[in-house]
Amino acid sequence: MSGVKLKGVRKVYPNGAEAIRGVDMDIKSGEMIVFVGPSGCGKSTLLRMVAGLEGISGGDISIGDRVINDVSPSERDVAMVFQNYALYPHMSVRGNMSYGLQNRKMPKAEIDQKVTDAAKMLKIDAYLDRQPNELSGGQRQRVAMGRAIVRDPQVFLFDEPLSNLDAKLRVQMRIEIKKLQRRMNVTSIYVTHDQTEAMTLADRLAVINNGLVEQMGAPMELYTDPKTLFVASFIGAPQINLIPVKFDGSTLNCGSLKLSGFSGLPENTELVLGVRPDVLAPNNAGQFKMRVDLVEQHGGENLVYGALDGVTNDDGDELEICMKAGKDMLPDLDSNLTLNFDPSTAFVFRKDTGERLI
Amino acid sequence: MNRTPISTHVILICGAIFMTLPVWVAFATSTHSAETILRDGLQFWPGGHFIETYNEVLFVAGGVMKKVTAMEMLKNSLILGIGFAVGKVIISMLAAYAIVYFRFRLAVPLFWVIFMTLLLPLEVRIIPSYKVVADLGMLDTRAGLIIPLIASATGTFFFRQFFKSVPDELLEAARLDGATAWGFFKDILVPLSKTMIAAILIIMFVVGWNQYLWPLIMTTKEENYTLVIGIKQIYQVLNEGGELPQFQKAFALTILATLPPVMVVLVFQKWFVKGLVESEK
Repeated sequence: MSGVKLKGVRKVYPNGAEAIRGVDMDIKSGEMIVFVGPSGCGKSTLLRMVAGLEGISGGDISIGDRVINDVSPSERDVAMVFQNYALYPHMSVRGNMSYGLQNRKMPKAEIDQKVTDAAKMLKIDAYLDRQPNELSGGQRQRVAMGRAIVRDPQVFLFDEPLSNLDAKLRVQMRIEIKKLQRRMNVTSIYVTHDQTEAMTLADRLAVINNGLVEQMGAPMELYTDPKTLFVASFIGAPQINLIPVKFDGSTLNCGSLKLSGFSGLPENTELVLGVRPDVLAPNNAGQFKMRVDLVEQHGGENLVYGALDGVTNDDGDELEICMKAGKDMLPDLDSNLTLNFDPSTAFVFRKDTGERLI
Repeated sequence: MNRTPISTHVILICGAIFMTLPVWVAFATSTHSAETILRDGLQFWPGGHFIETYNEVLFVAGGVMKKVTAMEMLKNSLILGIGFAVGKVIISMLAAYAIVYFRFRLAVPLFWVIFMTLLLPLEVRIIPSYKVVADLGMLDTRAGLIIPLIASATGTFFFRQFFKSVPDELLEAARLDGATAWGFFKDILVPLSKTMIAAILIIMFVVGWNQYLWPLIMTTKEENYTLVIGIKQIYQVLNEGGELPQFQKAFALTILATLPPVMVVLVFQKWFVKGLVESEK
């Protein structure tokens, strides 16, 4: 097994558009890395560059000690699972799984052995002679994974493999992918836009925005210690509450709201206060006043949404905030709640650069 | 299922009779003797000379042409039809594969050039084509009959549209699986295009079978005649020598000429339906 190194990797399209603007990354052997970001951020492009399906405009990608910039996709020793499975529709499951090995001129007995083993591991051995159109979405996904596994690659690449499945199956497959990856201990890169999937699967997450890695680290590290406004807003569900504020030397101000407990911030600069929904709690001495608009009951917990009193957003509308509360807390609609939070658990960002100050 | 109203059936039956009646009359007439036809004109009910006429047309030398039998013309027609269809499918698949999957300069203009040739029927280029084939010494050969016709803009266009609808991920998966350009074509594209190939084969076979002008100027020897040419020639032949015109033989030849295309369509019909019902992608 071997790791993957990206050094100053860039992708510029012929029309001048820059999709990847210099990415450095060191993926250790056996690690599961998740690229996460909004659509169009370049995460899939980066994955496809590792796979060899997109050319590399600058920098180096190496697998193990081998620079693979100019190596053809099939010789990079990577296997990829596609979003729409990309199974060959006219071949049986067995044919799909063995096609790559046949092209490698592997002896037939060995192919059969590998296909059978992989099929058993994925519990698709009963369907080996079926056609893809006779399988359900989950089964097709397993076949796509089987096709990757039989090749014994150094790196697995997953391009949003679960986004075509229904919610329940997605959770189930997510767990299976994680278990499989642990068991096989193969370096893996997984692309997704779903932050729950990213948080649960990753050993380390790379949050990608606008062709650059905003931050890379363990999921909890990104949650508790985001380096930028973008990372803070992208990681965590429900989303972090963001309130535009200014610092006047002693308090953070926004409309009629004055928050104390902050210091050492630049004055006369547009700032953004970030407060996670789970650090908010009802407290009569609190600094936030909220008019309840909606309560979402999720079973184990309730999410309380409401307008923050005295604050408007850039468009002049009321600013909605969210609080995560216990399942017993069911405030009436349009009632007023006073909420408090510990200033040390909040983040403050510069609005212009997105850089985190506290 | 809804019950179809009687009027629909009546209309359909009328249409079917209208379309098939001439064919039936031709068949019925072909089973009568030359004298009956000359005396009473076209016949509506079959007569008693079926075996005699068809045997003579199909198997007896001099029965229909001076030397060749309908059997030999049938063979020529089949070779032309099959060669024409198979050649067109191969050439147009390869051309479409190049246009869709290979990035080369002028791919788009070249496609439009190919597409423009749809505007030019064979008749426009028949003199230059004849000259080329004559200079190559291929007059009166099967190769000369087939090769100048097998480039197909229609086929190329259909295959191009089909290949464009094949998801890119299949190509990418095949590349990761180590398939070569030829491997992807042969292992993935050709099997995926089965129904498309069948459809184009049928259409092109019928078109090839019905070719008239090209075989007419290409073939000078009787043994190279196709059935369609034979039908045209038979009246000349039969009118020579002052005998009774053998109309029953002309009709028999016509019936024989329509049979193979009908058979092909009937046999491949299942493929058509399968291709329409099953979406494999």
